[in-house]
Amino acid sequence: MSEEPRFTLDGRTVPFQDGQTIMAAALAAGIYIPHLCFNPEFTPHGSCRVCLVKVNGRMQASCTTPAAAGQVVQSEIDEVREIRRGLLQMLFVEGNHVCPACEKSGACQLQAVAYYVGMLAPHYTHFYPRRPVDASHPDALIDFNRCILCELCVRASREVDGKNVFAVQGRGIKAHLVVNTPSGKLGATDFSLSDKAAQVCPTGTILSKHSGYEIPIGQRLYDRKPINVVGDVAALAVSKGGRRHD
Amino acid sequence: MAESSTLAQTIRDIVQRHQKLPTRLLQILREVQDRLTWLSTEAINVVAEELGISPAKVRSVAEFYSFLYTAPRGSYDILFSDNITDRMLGNRELLHYLADRLGVAINGTRADGRVSVGTTSCTGMCDQGPAALVNGYALTRLTKPRLDRIVELVNAKTPLEQWPREFFEVVSNIRRADILLGRHFADGAALRAVLKRGPEAILEEMVKSGLRGQGGAGFKSAAKWQSCRNAPGEVKYVVCNADEGEPGTFKDRVLMQDYADLVFEGMTVCGRVIGARQGFVYLRGEYRYMVDALKATLQRRREAGLLGAAILGDASFEFDIDIHLGAGAYVCGEESALIESLEGKHGVPRIRPPFPTTHGYLNKPTVVNNVETFASAAKIAVEGGNWFASRGTAESKGTKLLSLSGDCERPGIYEYPFGVTVRQVLEDCGARDAQGIQMAGPAGHMISAKLFDRRICFEDLATGGSFMVFDQRRDILDGIRNFAHFFVHESCGFCTPCRVGTSLMRDLVDKVHTGHGTRADLEEMRKLGQIMRVASHCGLGQTAPNPVLDSLDQFPESYERRLRSTAFEPAFDMNAALEQARWLTGRTDPDAYLDEEILSRAMP
Ligand SMILES: Cc1cc2nc3c(=O)[nH]c(=O)nc-3n(C[C@H](O)[C@H](O)[C@H](O)COP(=O)(O)O)c2cc1C
Ligand code: SF4
Ligand code: SF4
Repeated sequence: MSEEPRFTLDGRTVPFQDGQTIMAAALAAGIYIPHLCFNPEFTPHGSCRVCLVKVNGRMQASCTTPAAAGQVVQSEIDEVREIRRGLLQMLFVEGNHVCPACEKSGACQLQAVAYYVGMLAPHYTHFYPRRPVDASHPDALIDFNRCILCELCVRASREVDGKNVFAVQGRGIKAHLVVNTPSGKLGATDFSLSDKAAQVCPTGTILSKHSGYEIPIGQRLYDRKPINVVGDVAALAVSKGGRRHD
Repeated sequence: MAESSTLAQTIRDIVQRHQKLPTRLLQILREVQDRLTWLSTEAINVVAEELGISPAKVRSVAEFYSFLYTAPRGSYDILFSDNITDRMLGNRELLHYLADRLGVAINGTRADGRVSVGTTSCTGMCDQGPAALVNGYALTRLTKPRLDRIVELVNAKTPLEQWPREFFEVVSNIRRADILLGRHFADGAALRAVLKRGPEAILEEMVKSGLRGQGGAGFKSAAKWQSCRNAPGEVKYVVCNADEGEPGTFKDRVLMQDYADLVFEGMTVCGRVIGARQGFVYLRGEYRYMVDALKATLQRRREAGLLGAAILGDASFEFDIDIHLGAGAYVCGEESALIESLEGKHGVPRIRPPFPTTHGYLNKPTVVNNVETFASAAKIAVEGGNWFASRGTAESKGTKLLSLSGDCERPGIYEYPFGVTVRQVLEDCGARDAQGIQMAGPAGHMISAKLFDRRICFEDLATGGSFMVFDQRRDILDGIRNFAHFFVHESCGFCTPCRVGTSLMRDLVDKVHTGHGTRADLEEMRKLGQIMRVASHCGLGQTAPNPVLDSLDQFPESYERRLRSTAFEPAFDMNAALEQARWLTGRTDPDAYLDEEILSRAMP
């Protein structure tokens, strides 16, 4: 039996297989590293930067950095937490996140990660972008105000559903999610609530139309336990307040 | 009906000429726009259909590049270069002057659709500004009389080919030449050397030379070539990075314009060493004026047996070069974004590893080097590694081309052995009164007079070549603000810290610049800068806060003299917010304004 290679993560020894990223190895070892654009079912994207860790003294995204034997990885240290908090604050001011009114509140990964990294207020000046809501689809609603450009829906629709319903267009701060039709309306696509793309959004951007606010405050997914204990909303079954299709 | 069928036919012809290859998408869109002045939804749909890709994909490319337009644009599209060096030369006044005379709003298009006027990032003409582009072609040394003439030409619908040639004249201003620019090079000499001595021997010379990437990062070129040579795969590529987007640098322009043979020869040597048969020059869109000349040079080389099949008569030596034109995106200078762009996509940097040497263009092993690196490599192949290494310092061998601009008497290109001091350079270019240098462009470092004895080399001050001088009359914060706006415009938008951080930083700099900043804002800039620096996905976001962070340390007084005495100033300006109400009600009396005193006391 050959010895499995290992690295340390906040002092704990983590075994890994060749080709695994730090994030994948940590996940397999049951260690939570906060993340938004990462979802173990998809190719890593590396855009939200929330899964940043310090690897041998250098900050790197754990979802895209290959694990290597002997690496010293630090995650839950003040320096890293402070940067993660800053990134979350940036995401909150970039869009329009009115949490108390949002249907996803309490079961929202963005919100849960924000709590996890200790974000109490958005801190930066709000951008207040104008982003119209798309309610053209019979079953689904897209509130672009809450989109954080993680491209999970883009990847899911392309790679799993084979529909290519979503895309990101524009450069820099003008980058925005679009629906891949001439009219730009979801109603003109063959998108369905049973699509993978309907189940992966870490925010309340893509929502089911015919139900809402069903779970009382206090019993919602992340009301009692934090995300590192509960897990990602996209990975959970309907009964736990995760997916709300079918 | 007739109109739309001609549109479709025009596009079909263009797509056909590019063999319906999706990798040619950016080139196709450029040509379509040249014909139609902008990319309408209809045009985008036809391109998508002809290439067999989704319209959203075409649009994502069209919306990414500054020089592609998805809204109507004038038949004459005039963009003023808006680098700080252009500003020093008075470009803002000229911009307003031209817009007024043409009767067009800045960033707008005239009602008759004839002309648009706007601004763009540095066009690489800092030594002969104020500069602009008209339909992508460089205009230099603008003056009011020149603009008067341009107004007449536009109003008379004179085709660009009939505009006075001198408006488009780009001079090279080589002020100091050393081993790269100074010594004669016989075309084909490096190719004969690699044929005679073999790829291993040339690689050995490259190792001895110690040559490091001249694009700025300074990676050992021999190691890069070796790694690509070793990478498995039959098909490999050579890419010359001529994107030169760093504001203040223009040395690659001069090399491509006056030393193209040397650069092409370096690429061909590289092709022979790594086993590639195809090379690309990724030329920034701002340099489209030289495309025809470069193509002619390539053709001449083919005819002389220096390029194409059977180079120097050796059937096993095959290598050709194609020119790809960018379309206004600084991030495409980053090697993996450049490769994406070469593949016809929008320029978002890839996740690295894997690196281009194993997974580059079309996922094949690829060497990406800067223009100057290839030029140096050609010389090394001929003259040997030791010859090159005899100049420079222990860790930085050979010479470096510096692009000098800003407040100096003799702006232009200066070639120095590595290790030259900043002071020496300032003396040579006639910068008598410098208070600071922006070294290596906005992504580099700001150097105050205290540091002028430092040396230009990888051990001390690394640079890709940009060297902008600010003299005592200048307000450093004007430069910082210009750079902060530049990064907002150029962020690709992929990752959070750069996409959002560049805008937050710009707002903070603007706030201080307009006299509304407080000490708390300076602290905020440092914190934000730190997040951008360590958390960004690529070098753009990682270096974007440099000008602010450096100047906070080196030029604290430029900030402090503008600060408000209060410890905190809200980002929301109540008085300004009431402006509209005052205007609507026509009130100008003192009671219509909030008392600043009361306001500041009411705030936490
Ligand atoms: C935002 C950004 C812009 C860049 N622009 C250029 C450029 O215009 N030209 C260049 O040669 N390298 C540029 N680089 C560096 C390239 O990524 C790469 O390191 C270089 O082309 C390698 O060539 P070299 O080793 O010969 O320097 C840029 C890097 C970043 C992060
Ligand atoms: S809609 Fe949701 S899943 Fe799609 S990019 Fe936006 S935040 Fe990500
Ligand atoms: S740092 Fe991020 S947003 Fe900025 S250019 Fe690089 S990838 Fe794009």
